[in-house]
Amino acid sequence: MFWQQAAFWLFAFMAVVSGLMVVTARNPVHSVLFLIFAFFNSAGLFVLMGAEFLGLILVVVYVGAVAVLFLFVVMMLDIDVTELRRGITRYLPVGLLLAFALGIEFAIIIASWQVSQHAAAVAPNPTPAPSAVSNTVALGSVLYTDYVYLFQVAGLILLVAMIGAIVLTLRHREGVKRQSIARQVGRRAEEAIALVKIEPGQGIH
Amino acid sequence: MPGIGLGHYLGIAAILFTIGVFGIFLNRKNVIVILMSIELMLLAVNINFVAFSAHLHDLTGQVFAFFVLTVAAAEAAIGLAILVVYFRKRGTIAVEDINRMKG
Repeated sequence: MFWQQAAFWLFAFMAVVSGLMVVTARNPVHSVLFLIFAFFNSAGLFVLMGAEFLGLILVVVYVGAVAVLFLFVVMMLDIDVTELRRGITRYLPVGLLLAFALGIEFAIIIASWQVSQHAAAVAPNPTPAPSAVSNTVALGSVLYTDYVYLFQVAGLILLVAMIGAIVLTLRHREGVKRQSIARQVGRRAEEAIALVKIEPGQGIH
Repeated sequence: MPGIGLGHYLGIAAILFTIGVFGIFLNRKNVIVILMSIELMLLAVNINFVAFSAHLHDLTGQVFAFFVLTVAAAEAAIGLAILVVYFRKRGTIAVEDINRMKG
């Protein structure tokens, strides 16, 4: 029990600190690295809550794909960091004020609110006991039965996002030699080779 | 030392969400950091979903967090693609310059 609490406080503290570093870091590359760290700690929190599958998915999808995508884009774009940092002191007070107000609102909500006693009775998909079924099996048995259509739609969304990203970033640059399969296949000997009769002592002109 | 309950996780999620909102206001010029702040906010929402799922012993919250994860990944990919195209056209990613579509 002690180690569980210690792990919670460690993960929570690290997640909050790295979240703060994401938004305040001077260099966007450092922001991305702190974002990766925040995701790692949140994955630890997920595992503590008993959602092992989602925790590992968070590591695989976010750290392995999304954060690396961010890293590529940050490194690919030639950004003037100092130019983008200009005016940050102007936005700081209003940002702090808004964050403070939002934090107070959250504190009020969390303090003055409780779960209904009958909430567990109306749960549509009760979690099976962890000793009987692992979290991955339990999640899969719900996801592939009750939510199978939504699961397919999620796949379609990913497909559309992939095609959209490719279409958006694909560009045809002028002056770059490309292979044209159709022209290669459609080539005939008559148009490729020309026989020239050269008179002696005159050359070709 | 009191046990770790639903309130602790909700508190962490609230703090992370607030940091995300704060980041959007702080980095008004840098679209990449704004996208990262949005990712932080989505992460906070996911923590909320999973916390309630664990507290109520109901798997639906985890399924929903799964879909949020999917949509967040798609959103990041499309957002970064738009960012790359915009940077190629204009040579900057400052938000204040993105006003061409106002008409």
